[in-house]
Amino acid sequence: MEHFKNPRNMGEIKDADGVGTVGNPVCGDMMTIYIKVKDNHLEDIKFKTFGCGAAIATSSMMTELAKGKTLEEALKITRANVADALDGLPPIKMHCSNLAADALHAAIEDYYKKQKEATKK
Amino acid sequence: MDNTAGKPVDPRVIDAMLPYMKAFYGNPSSLHFFGQEPRKALEEARAKIAELINAERKESMIFTSGATENNNMAIKGVAYRNKDRGAHIITSSIEHMSIVNSCKFLKTRGFEVTFLPVDNYGFVNLDSLEKELTDKTILVSIMYANGEIGTIQPIKEISQIVHSRSAYLHVDATAANGQVPIDVKEEGIDLLTLSSNDMYGPKGIGALYIKEGTRIEPLIHGGGQERGLRSGTENLPSIVGFGKAAELAKAEISSESERASKMRDKLIKGLLDSIPYSFLNGHPTKRLPDNAAVRFSFIEGESMLLSLDMMGVAASSGSACTAKTLEPSHVLLAIGLKHEEAHGSLLFTLGKQNTEEEVDYVISIMPSIVKRLRAISPLTPKELKE
Repeated sequence: MEHFKNPRNMGEIKDADGVGTVGNPVCGDMMTIYIKVKDNHLEDIKFKTFGCGAAIATSSMMTELAKGKTLEEALKITRANVADALDGLPPIKMHCSNLAADALHAAIEDYYKKQKEATKK
Repeated sequence: MDNTAGKPVDPRVIDAMLPYMKAFYGNPSSLHFFGQEPRKALEEARAKIAELINAERKESMIFTSGATENNNMAIKGVAYRNKDRGAHIITSSIEHMSIVNSCKFLKTRGFEVTFLPVDNYGFVNLDSLEKELTDKTILVSIMYANGEIGTIQPIKEISQIVHSRSAYLHVDATAANGQVPIDVKEEGIDLLTLSSNDMYGPKGIGALYIKEGTRIEPLIHGGGQERGLRSGTENLPSIVGFGKAAELAKAEISSESERASKMRDKLIKGLLDSIPYSFLNGHPTKRLPDNAAVRFSFIEGESMLLSLDMMGVAASSGSACTAKTLEPSHVLLAIGLKHEEAHGSLLFTLGKQNTEEEVDYVISIMPSIVKRLRAISPLTPKELKE
């Protein structure tokens, strides 16, 4: 509830190193994660979410968990971690926490892809 | 402001019920004196409910456990009894799940079911009705009004079309009863679903109006109560409460409807005027007096509900997450809303206990709730962000 009322790290990063979007508004949930990477650590992370209260709260909690971690550590954040950190979610809301972890992983993959492209050049 | 989900029981109804839980505990079927007062009370309640809808006689009212049972009985009972005449049923695409799922069940038992389309306001397409209706059609079931979007159907016109053939017309009046005057004779209704709680009576009791001569099979067999159509010892305290609720509804329907309609229009106007990208669901005037159904682009209904809840306001959304499934409401999709529009819908239903001050309060807090959620949403267009 607290993470819905006062979400942490809400917003966009204009010059993000990686961006991940999962879900779509048709299903009722959509999340975009922006990350800024420095020395293999998540220096900054922000989110934007269209969805129910649980989706907003899990986005917020996930950014809290991930911030400051190395990319390898962040990739290990699972769906269960996010739900646990919020003291559990009702079964029907578990897909919200899935979404948050998936969006983070998508953002990190996007970062890796961009890095590869940069070294090719 | 979620009266369509559950209404308080009127204190006058509770007072009427109490003696039947304390002193008059007898069984209305008993011939001895313990049964006499209950029998009398049962028939008085039946008469009051019959009067509310101008039924030709009180015996046309059958007590059941509520609207869901009524709808099951009307659909399956008529289907089973009239299979020899045809196996085709017509209903609309915005009915309550008790109609939808009864019809789907019948499909697995060899019946053919047509779900009529509705327009953007939620009105049943009368041309489709005329086209789909054949001599094999035994039943047409159309709701009086939809609780989610408020739209009231032109029942009399529908009845004239249905009765141009040999089908029966069933009308689910759960959302409408007690709010708008219903006249089964004038409107040409063969079966009508009434619910007690929707008119400030107790939960767990309802009545099905069955016009004399309508061929119908019971679903519950037993000791033959309710003219053999619905067995089981009568739930007397609830029936007495339902009767009282019907009596009060009849007396107060015009003043209460006027009061609610005024608040409804104020709420709708207040929200649509102060919030950009906001829209009304359903028809602006042919709608239930208590129903203010609106939608806001770029945000999701449940997050609005939570925000309202934190500020002390209870509302409802037909959208995903709130219900037991994650699919948006079939009603909102049927009136042509896109999934994301359906997800952004919010429903306020006003009751006797709601005041104009409460309406003003909602109008005052809603813009900032929408603004905050739009700031979080990735779908919000740039011009709204500042």
